[in-house]
Amino acid sequence: MNDSIKIENGVFTTPVPEGPLAEKWTNYKSHQKLVNPANKRRLDIIVVGTGLAGASAAASLGELGFNVLNFCIQDSPRRAHSIAAQGGINAAKNYQNDGDSIYRLYYDTIKGGDYRAREANVYRLAEVSNDIIDQCVAQGVPFAREYGGLLDNRSFGGAQVSRTFYAKGQTGQQLLLGAYSALSRQIHKGSVKLFTRHEMLDVVLVKDKDGVERARGIIARNLITGKLERFFAHAVVIATGGYGNAFFLSTNAMASNGSAAIQCYKKGAFFANPCFAQIHPTCIPVHGDYQSKLTLMSESLRNDGRIWVPKKKEDAEALRAGKMKPTEIKDEDRDFYLERRYPAFGNLVPRDVASRAAKERCDAGFGVNNTGLAVYLDFKYAIERLGRDAVEARYGNLFQMYEKIVDENPYETPMMIFPAIHYTMGGIWVDYDLQTSIKGLFAIGEANFSDHGANRLGASALMQGLADGYFVLPYTIQNYLADQIQEPRLSTDLPEFVQAEQAVKDKITRMLNIKGKRSVDSIHKELGHVMWDNVGMARTEESLKEAMVRIKEIKKEFWSNVYIPGSSSDFNVELEKAIRLADFIEVGYLMALDGLNRNESCGGHFREEYQTAEGEALRQDDKYSYAACWLYKGEDQDPELIKEDLKYEFTIRAQRNYKS
Amino acid sequence: MEKSINIKVKVWRQAGPKVKGMFETYELNNISTDASFLEMIDILNEKLVQEHKEPIAFDHDCREGICGMCSLYINGHPHGPDQAITTCQLHMRKFHDGETITIEPWRSRAFPVIKDLIVDRNAYDKIMQAGGYVNVNTGGIPDANAIPIPKPVADEAMDAASCIGCGACAAACKNGSAMLFVAAKVSQLALLPQGKIEKAARAKAMVAKMDELGFGNCTNTGACEAECPKSVSITHIARLNREYIGAKFKD
Repeated sequence: MNDSIKIENGVFTTPVPEGPLAEKWTNYKSHQKLVNPANKRRLDIIVVGTGLAGASAAASLGELGFNVLNFCIQDSPRRAHSIAAQGGINAAKNYQNDGDSIYRLYYDTIKGGDYRAREANVYRLAEVSNDIIDQCVAQGVPFAREYGGLLDNRSFGGAQVSRTFYAKGQTGQQLLLGAYSALSRQIHKGSVKLFTRHEMLDVVLVKDKDGVERARGIIARNLITGKLERFFAHAVVIATGGYGNAFFLSTNAMASNGSAAIQCYKKGAFFANPCFAQIHPTCIPVHGDYQSKLTLMSESLRNDGRIWVPKKKEDAEALRAGKMKPTEIKDEDRDFYLERRYPAFGNLVPRDVASRAAKERCDAGFGVNNTGLAVYLDFKYAIERLGRDAVEARYGNLFQMYEKIVDENPYETPMMIFPAIHYTMGGIWVDYDLQTSIKGLFAIGEANFSDHGANRLGASALMQGLADGYFVLPYTIQNYLADQIQEPRLSTDLPEFVQAEQAVKDKITRMLNIKGKRSVDSIHKELGHVMWDNVGMARTEESLKEAMVRIKEIKKEFWSNVYIPGSSSDFNVELEKAIRLADFIEVGYLMALDGLNRNESCGGHFREEYQTAEGEALRQDDKYSYAACWLYKGEDQDPELIKEDLKYEFTIRAQRNYKS
Repeated sequence: MEKSINIKVKVWRQAGPKVKGMFETYELNNISTDASFLEMIDILNEKLVQEHKEPIAFDHDCREGICGMCSLYINGHPHGPDQAITTCQLHMRKFHDGETITIEPWRSRAFPVIKDLIVDRNAYDKIMQAGGYVNVNTGGIPDANAIPIPKPVADEAMDAASCIGCGACAAACKNGSAMLFVAAKVSQLALLPQGKIEKAARAKAMVAKMDELGFGNCTNTGACEAECPKSVSITHIARLNREYIGAKFKD
């Protein structure tokens, strides 16, 4: 195990560099171990994933001179789901002269996460945020600009400053294409070898001469031929994103999955805070059983859109029955409930707060759409204030997207929105070096649990992915690799590789041989319903216990009654989905188990038993000021809970207040 | 308003790259007009799996029109009959009851079929690897506001940069040319001060790679712009030509 972890009575702390918060990262860089250029050429690094974190890490490590092997499941690295991020990326540039600073970005992030992240990691994130913007501009990322030629900013939830840089409503796309261009350059130079349509199916651990297990490679499936392939490296980096698709319907891409994280977990890596999942408030509502995914509308819309439901129940009923149009409701009969409840932040409260407030209104009978599960996001006021052209310039592509899906014109009638699962703050546990509890295994971006605590602020996912990949991992991984320069490249014919491949092969054969009656999707949808109903926006002890029972039944159903057509030695999409679903079932169970353990409400984890008189999340800092790390104990046993104690040395923790 | 339609879909089925393909026709009843086109294929695939038949293989991922993974030639148009969207954003309300919808993979020499409706688009990545970037390493970069960029220039670069690399331009072109794809990147970077320095070398390298990979020549038919889901303009091709010819003259 990673020797920074020393567990006593089920609790540990992990070392962070000495000194005041603002000096820790500088201290680290001044004293860390480095690898000289000649030795870099002798070291191989596997990076799994080509999103913002994976592509930026692979490119930067290649530039430094390491041999990088980079894997993605799509046909091109540019398809990774980071591409779909719309709104923007935060940085503490203070270009707007509105009082921003590195400390304030740090503070907003750790407060937004409801004080469940590690102080030193979050501060480092805020510290490197400014370098990211410089880097992206140098790559040719066409950020939005003011008429004077300087960079423009917009506001996002959970902040009182404008610190979000954006490229229309396609910021993720532009940042990913920037990272992809840097990656392409390294592929051209030969320092990165790219494997598209390859899916990692296990991590391979090999014991060193002292008997310590280290990550030394992966087993991957070539998705075109179906062939299993073995790859060696001196270190393995997981950058495979989050596990939100356990809910079936989410804002994630269809192929986004949590399988790499589960493979690492089953090999002994801690899975931390699985219950911390973010429900995004502004998604297009569900329309039918055949629905395959939920579409997010950028949080940036909350800069200028006002969220409301009718004040009168009879109006809500008439709207649901289609007897009335929203434009017929007068201003005084509209309940702008976020502005009413949170005067200081208004429509720009953090995502978890906005989502729960929408649920509260819908549960109380004020929801709209024929399902009663939607609220309005209205641009009438912005159009009156700014003119239609200005609104179109800011949000035109989002309005077009809405119109194509819903067939209504948002310039003329308010949009309808409802919360949907979007991002997972939980993930593979990592230390300050971004190393997991397994030596030589690193996790970056959404795949790790590191920086967002119990809730992530908008425009911070892009920031974290690129921070990890460009500016953190290229330093910290050297601290590990400096001790590995004597290690020769291992043969993939070693028994550890052969056995890992055989285990994957056996699992696939077992799945294909079930030949039951249910399609993969039908079981996945069933899991999704259990997750949304019991492990969604509001959870109770009872709902979580029910989820655990139901998920065990679904697991049994999958392993006895799934039907997968075709063979393992072919391009077999149903088999790919089945392998991922088997892991989503594990993830779902972990989410429920972790939520049940955490008898408090914080950020995205809202336990109905723990709320203030006003219905806000009520933390229990004396009992749950820890990251819950789950250690795998075998197929039919619950995992063991190990706690990373979160010490707050620099920040005073208050109940989050977005009212005044 | 939501309603249901009955349709037939005529789909290209091809078991592998070297196997002969053929059309198969399937009937689908009660498809909601609010369903997306890909959800209609999901429904068909669910039915095929229930009948223990092999489902149709097709590329798709984000399902919100940005990843560029989905493709499909639908009734003779890349990304279907609607304008300025990808296949995943196409909805069944664009089709009528009783219609037969023909679905084919991209048809282009540089995009060979892998299976059914899935094609190999690695050629686009190879063109990017040949020069679709600014030669900067991570770190040591001056402040982002050090070089002001006029807003109209940044906006035009953004329009070019909105290309999603789906391949519709080459698939739509009777010559199988990738000029719009290449032009979008060359133009984006040539417009910005950060990319200007290498603009000549970039244009030459990317065009040479495009030619090498078997894409055809541009004859200005404009089909690429008409079918581009992001409406990338062919004026970028004019800029690419200018950069390319300028670079060749300097040689």
